[in-house]
Amino acid sequence: MSVYLRLFWEFFKTGLFAVGGGMATLPFLQDIGQVTGWYTYTDLMNMLAVSESTPGPIGINMATYVGFTVGGLPGAVIATIGEVTPSIIVVLIVAAMLKKFRDSRLVNDAFYGLRPASTGLIGAACVAVVLEVLTSVASQTPEGSIVNTFSLTGTGLFNWPGLLLAAVLLVFTNWVKPTKKLHPIVFIAISAVVGVVFQFGRF
Amino acid sequence: MNELLDLFLTFAKMGVMTFGGGMAMLPILQREVVENKHWATEEELVDYYAIGQCTPGIIAVNTATFIGQKKRGAIGGIVATLGVVFPSLVIISILAGLITNYSHLAWVQNAFAGIQVCVCVLIFNAVVKLLKKSVVDKPTAAIFALVLAGGVFLDVSPVWFVIAAALAGIVLKNLEVKGK
Repeated sequence: MSVYLRLFWEFFKTGLFAVGGGMATLPFLQDIGQVTGWYTYTDLMNMLAVSESTPGPIGINMATYVGFTVGGLPGAVIATIGEVTPSIIVVLIVAAMLKKFRDSRLVNDAFYGLRPASTGLIGAACVAVVLEVLTSVASQTPEGSIVNTFSLTGTGLFNWPGLLLAAVLLVFTNWVKPTKKLHPIVFIAISAVVGVVFQFGRF
Repeated sequence: MNELLDLFLTFAKMGVMTFGGGMAMLPILQREVVENKHWATEEELVDYYAIGQCTPGIIAVNTATFIGQKKRGAIGGIVATLGVVFPSLVIISILAGLITNYSHLAWVQNAFAGIQVCVCVLIFNAVVKLLKKSVVDKPTAAIFALVLAGGVFLDVSPVWFVIAAALAGIVLKNLEVKGK
């Protein structure tokens, strides 16, 4: 199958089954990367970071980015169109029977199950991403590192500087009043600087 | 101005101004669609937005399709959606090209290694936020836990979890009604 056809199909499925907005597409994108080998978890993390830091809905940005990675500009267009096609079809149908849809018991009952499932899927994506980034379960430590700023790091199971940064970010995004309302781009930018200063690429 | 062009441009503008996902879009939609263009009333917009979250796909796209189709039928829906995604296509394609060119540089790799940690936290925060809205009782907690475990330990497409969960929702709700 041509890569573009495959790209359209995979994103069509994502657009059809990802319920609850942009972040809900993440588990699907992970699955696509795993099945096709087009990109790794780490690639996907970078794409998600860029998608959060640029204008436009996150879900669309991610589809465009993944499409671009796989097939250049045509890939970006095809992935994005693939993702929005089911939305357009479904919404046009729903719009024709708006009242019926809103009052439908069947739809409400289905969503009673869909909402926690969508959260569970994103949760599982979160676990995979944390294992990838903050532990060495899936990655290798490069040899011959220069001076270790964080003496605990090296070949251990955990990425200690990463965990430390994560803990600090967790506090500032959840519990510190003046900072928790800040846009994610602020935290992404700070993390980039921390990454450069402490050479996070080594861990 | 041509109505379709107006739809495209208005939603393209909203695509640029939406920073961070569908939720960030509501206040901008209110100003543009309700106050400036009078394409929908406040109530209609809230309805579209609520249903946009309950239909598959990206919330921003769903809402755009709703408003577009109200104005000009199916073509209107498609044009409004193309408008919303257009800025993303341009901006991300340029950035993706640039990042690919510079990704071999050590400082770029270090920056992304730092950013990846931040993304972990952002996803975690998103899950916690969603938990409060989606897990409302014991059955929904069970669905969440099962899907989470299944997602972590099984090598199965998320599609199957979604289908199973929708069916589970219908069955559980019907049992609940019968139980009363």
